[in-house]
Amino acid sequence: MISVKNLHKSFGDTEVLKGIEAEIAEKEVVCVIGPSGSGKSTFLRCLNLLEEITSGDVYIEGDNIADKKININEVRSRVGMVFQHFNLFPHRTVLENITLGPIKVKGMNKQEAEKVALPLLEKVGLSDKAHVYPESLSGGQKQRVAIARSLAMEPRIMLFDEPTSALDPELVGDVLEVMKDLAKEGMTMVVVTHEMGFAKEVGDRVLFMDEGIIMEEDTPDNIFDNPQNPRTQEFLSKVL
Amino acid sequence: MEFITESHYYRVMPFLLEGLVWTLLITVVGLIIGFILGAIFGFARLSHNKIIYGIATVYVEAVRGTPILAQILFIYFGLSDLTGINIDKISASIIAIAINAGAYIAEIVRGAVYSIDKGQMEAGRSVGLTRNQTMRYIIWPQAFRRMIPPLGNQFVISLKDTSLFSVIAVTELLYMGQQYYGSTFAAFEALTMVCLMYLLITVPTAVYLRRVERRLDV
Repeated sequence: MISVKNLHKSFGDTEVLKGIEAEIAEKEVVCVIGPSGSGKSTFLRCLNLLEEITSGDVYIEGDNIADKKININEVRSRVGMVFQHFNLFPHRTVLENITLGPIKVKGMNKQEAEKVALPLLEKVGLSDKAHVYPESLSGGQKQRVAIARSLAMEPRIMLFDEPTSALDPELVGDVLEVMKDLAKEGMTMVVVTHEMGFAKEVGDRVLFMDEGIIMEEDTPDNIFDNPQNPRTQEFLSKVL
Repeated sequence: MEFITESHYYRVMPFLLEGLVWTLLITVVGLIIGFILGAIFGFARLSHNKIIYGIATVYVEAVRGTPILAQILFIYFGLSDLTGINIDKISASIIAIAINAGAYIAEIVRGAVYSIDKGQMEAGRSVGLTRNQTMRYIIWPQAFRRMIPPLGNQFVISLKDTSLFSVIAVTELLYMGQQYYGSTFAAFEALTMVCLMYLLITVPTAVYLRRVERRLDV
């Protein structure tokens, strides 16, 4: 479903990604872990071209998004993205945050878009918040709205960029619950995370990144209980 | 009552009211055009295209680096000298306000758009909106709110700047006051009333802006 071949990314003279190879299958939940500065967020952001690709190829359902001729807006509507800092639109209500994409990108009218949005709000447990503005929500609620906003585009793939890192600890659980449900429904997910518990429980596979490459990848059980690469061992000994 | 109706404070008013109408007309029309110029050049200043950015920067710096008095004389006398076409004083004044305020508004627009968190553009794009759609539905509405206080400020500045057009005998507020004391020698009374007329517009504007600012703060 996602195929990454020899992906390089540089910011000026600094090479952040140094040849990433990855295959992600449909319905797979892949967690990306690693120390900060390892390039894991940059890798994720290359998957929907929020970062321009310096060289290499990234295929999303067969479309090479490194190809300049590709209609990236169309590809992005198939790839949802959830950010660390939520990035809700503060001048629009919760419901309007969710319906904007379906209305402007998919050409739905307001009623149709709300018919899509309201069940999603229920799914993330925030039906009663449809008409409030994001500023009155807690961090965890904001992130759940952000997930609903992405889901409204009916994406085939969901990308999560440290979705719980900006949350108070007691709010993390609700967001992870929503993500678990998504995984159960068979959503293809790539999750950059520091939540090792989530990676262990929900992940089908874990990628350990360091210094701009994937150092090790394996099932969660193998990575966490029996890491092979010394860098992985060192990292896990610090965080676990 | 006669001492009131006979006083210069009273008798200058018909002049000043006529002047105020022209002052407001020049300011408002000039600022509407100035806002359009400011929006265009403000976005040009955010452009990654070096030529577009360069042109906008030259415009902004040239206007901000020269006095508006020189600008109005340049537009009214300089350009007609060069082209042989005479433009009327009111049009020249409106053009001067538009070009002058346009440069300052360009910086207001640029600053406001730039101040919106980058994540907003990313969130819009990752939903599948184009760059232009994100600008229009996400960035611009938020940036515009932040522009209201500085735009109000610019209104006050431009309103006062119109007084400089008295040098080309535009019948704006200050010029009409001068006309009155030119024939009556009642300079104190006339200029007192002129200043009060400016304050009549600028003080309520400032009060209103402070209220808007406070509301935007929370």
